[in-house]
Amino acid sequence: MVRTYLLLAWTWMRASAQYPVSFALMTLGSFTLTGLDVAGIWIIFEHTESLGGFGLFEVMFLYGTSGLSFALADMLFGNVERLSQHVRAGSFDTMLIRPTGAFVQMATDRFGVQRLGRIAQAALVLGISLPRLDLSWSRMWMVPLMVACGLVIFTSIFALGGALQFLLTDAPEVANAFTYGGSTLTQYPLSIYGGELVKGVTFIVPLAFVNWQPALYVLDREDPFGLPYWLRFVAPVAAVLLAVAAALAWRAGIRRYRSTGS
Amino acid sequence: MIEVDRVGRSFTVGRGRARRTVHAVRDLSFTVGSGEFVGYLGPNGAGKSTTIKMLTGILAPTSGRIRVAGLDPTRRRTALARRIGVVFGQRTTLWWDLPLKDSFELIRHLYKVDRVDFRRRLDELADLLDLGGFLHTPVRQLSLGQRMRGDVTAALLHEPAVLILDEPTIGLDVVSKVAMRAFLRRLNAEHGTTVLLTTHDLGDIEKLCRRVMLIDHGRLGFDGTVDDLRATAPGRESLEEVVAHLYTA
Ligand SMILES: Nc1ncnc2c1ncn2[C@@H]1O[C@H](COP(=O)(O)OP(=O)(O)OP(=O)(O)O)[C@@H](O)[C@H]1O
Ligand SMILES: [Mg+2]
Repeated sequence: MVRTYLLLAWTWMRASAQYPVSFALMTLGSFTLTGLDVAGIWIIFEHTESLGGFGLFEVMFLYGTSGLSFALADMLFGNVERLSQHVRAGSFDTMLIRPTGAFVQMATDRFGVQRLGRIAQAALVLGISLPRLDLSWSRMWMVPLMVACGLVIFTSIFALGGALQFLLTDAPEVANAFTYGGSTLTQYPLSIYGGELVKGVTFIVPLAFVNWQPALYVLDREDPFGLPYWLRFVAPVAAVLLAVAAALAWRAGIRRYRSTGS
Repeated sequence: MIEVDRVGRSFTVGRGRARRTVHAVRDLSFTVGSGEFVGYLGPNGAGKSTTIKMLTGILAPTSGRIRVAGLDPTRRRTALARRIGVVFGQRTTLWWDLPLKDSFELIRHLYKVDRVDFRRRLDELADLLDLGGFLHTPVRQLSLGQRMRGDVTAALLHEPAVLILDEPTIGLDVVSKVAMRAFLRRLNAEHGTTVLLTTHDLGDIEKLCRRVMLIDHGRLGFDGTVDDLRATAPGRESLEEVVAHLYTA
């Protein structure tokens, strides 16, 4: 599966290598555009000492980890959200006659590395924040783990959004609300939101495990909502559960696939 | 090779009050043996493409049981893909932006075709289907006839035991049509490949198929040899008239 993914991705990259200028512009564009987010954070901290009880570098840490997970998931699998386009164009039919899973084919379709700009930006923000945070070395193992869990969680949401489109052909907007919305939500400390919302993203759509809960551990902070301490360690469980749900939904979706009339 | 046992497929269309069920295929049963060359006829909307999508695992049947090359297409879709070749005349299965040659290379990897077998096979097909002139052209720049030949090649690179074609001669000029037919006949005769094709061109049927199945409103209306088909309407000159008679009957 990994081999097939790489093979397909590589083929598409070669095909798009014919347009190096557009590639460079798009990478630079996404780097700059997302850079504005950070400018926004800096402006906020011009006027205040803390955001929801968190300092500048703590907020940058949250932003960087969420941004990195999201940008990686978006580059590697974000395409599966475009399912309804493929269904309407009929190209989904052709993916089903190949001896490879439709998910991998969807994910790699027109694969491009333009999103590297976004990844680099998030990694940079994270890189700036880490040395300025006075963190305990013994807690650093959580950082790569939380990025990986975030990647799985965002990927699963992309897949759920795709699966929904087997039933509703105009579902992309709903799915977008969860993926792009989820990415925006987790860029900031959840303490700036209401308790109900935070419960929702902890126990229903597990966005709190993208970065918030593990970050409380890394930063060694009290939970502003007083939720149990062990929640800081369940990100892998949440990620796996969501991934299983997404895989089942995707399979059920393919079973229900109706193709097109012509 | 192909077993279809009391298969049905319906679609619910429309919303609210306008909601209704379309029975694209109903209670369809037939078998196709190894090495047969079968034509699948029917008027527009009869259920031909729906049948083919079920045989290839794209659509799950709502009822009944299907076996193709020994496998259940819905449950074993990706395993089945290695054993069958599929061509949709109406749309390409190739990658739009890739040169034809790259598409074939990709197929070699996806189907895990041995490099030596692949070379031999591609050379043979490129020669028979005259692909030499446009192997390095991106698929989106190919003419319909060129694209169709590319699609047929792509469907055969892994030497499938069964070839399923949905309107493979649609939009082809007279010369290309003749070439395509000659190619398919030879494939069936020399490699023993089982072929099932749908078409609206009765020339395809007369020139290629020993057996014809006719479907209308999702039901099998006729299954027999071309001569049997003619015999259903004695006195009518051309196959066209015979089939038109059956469609309107
Ligand atoms: N995805 C779908 N959703 C709703 N109805 C469908 C769908 N696919 C097919 N149908 C309906 O099922 C019936 C059979 O369609 P099908 O495409 O199998 O016909 P066909 O024999 O291939 O016709 P043609 O010769 O025009 O290609 C038609 O009434 C069609 O409207
Ligand atoms: Mg059709």
